[in-house]
Amino acid sequence: MIALIGLVAGIVLGLVFHPEVPLWLQPYLPIAIVAALDAMSGGVRARLEGMFDEKVFVVSFVSNTIIAALIVFLGDQLGVGSQLSTGVVVVLGIRIFSNAAAIRRRLFGA
Amino acid sequence: MSAPEGGRAGARRALADLLRPRATRGHLIGGLLSLVLGFALVAQVHTTQRDTTFATARQDELVGVLSDLGQRSERLRGDVRDLEDTKAGLERDARGGTALQEARERAATYGLLAGTLPAEGPGVEVTITDPGGAVRAADLLDTLQELRDAGAEVVQIGDVRAGAGTYFLDGPGGILADGHRLAAPYRVLAIGDPHTLTTALGIPGGVVKTLEAAGAAVAIAQRATVKVRAVRSG
Repeated sequence: MIALIGLVAGIVLGLVFHPEVPLWLQPYLPIAIVAALDAMSGGVRARLEGMFDEKVFVVSFVSNTIIAALIVFLGDQLGVGSQLSTGVVVVLGIRIFSNAAAIRRRLFGA
Repeated sequence: MSAPEGGRAGARRALADLLRPRATRGHLIGGLLSLVLGFALVAQVHTTQRDTTFATARQDELVGVLSDLGQRSERLRGDVRDLEDTKAGLERDARGGTALQEARERAATYGLLAGTLPAEGPGVEVTITDPGGAVRAADLLDTLQELRDAGAEVVQIGDVRAGAGTYFLDGPGGILADGHRLAAPYRVLAIGDPHTLTTALGIPGGVVKTLEAAGAAVAIAQRATVKVRAVRSG
């Protein structure tokens, strides 16, 4: 619940303040957001499956975003940034989908 | 897990449990992370929306836009070059104006020295009365030279403006200066430092003493403004 309130509050704050994404962050923020979404869905799934651990959630949330951004950064340095971004997004998307499917199965049994 | 109904009910309970607010540290951190996520999400969406102008354009469109910009940039660069040329020209012209000003000032100075321009300034008025007719051309020349030595820039004797080639001649009816006849009393106007000119004329054995010894009377008046109107032609 607090997480939901936090999410809404964050969106409201973003709408109010119209934050400017700094230029150096622009390539990495989208990937980090997708990774965070993956961590969120994983957290919800774990909670529904009764194996939620706050420490795991926090650590996975932070480390996923950082690793995702790092991968894009590394890809940029190696000259395969866009391909690597696509790969990361695909992998994270698959994970989000599988988490969503697990949540759906838990909630609706289908 | 094994019984779908029980699993579903458990999941529902877990969902309700999930939505119930509890202020443990982990939940607060989760809420904080969610807040950051929401904030970043909106920021990124804003950024993405703003940058869609060229993101959706096709390659040939982008090439066209780039080419337009290149041409425009080239044109503007040409404008800059033209304007800089104009600026440099105007600066040269400004220096030309200064040179013209200096030339005019030099011309004025030379005109004063050559006697082709009227002048006025501080100076002395020397009046030589010569009842006995004792004053010779040489005496007037001495007077002129003494004044020049004392720094007189402009000298007028009678109606004659003294120049570099001024001469005095003892004629049958009086003294000729540059061909003009001078009549006593001789009036000499000199522009220069009045005190210096007076002192130079009055030194012992100088012009005044010589003239007085010859029987003439010399009156020297210092003036804040002496107007020399006589000019030499050419």
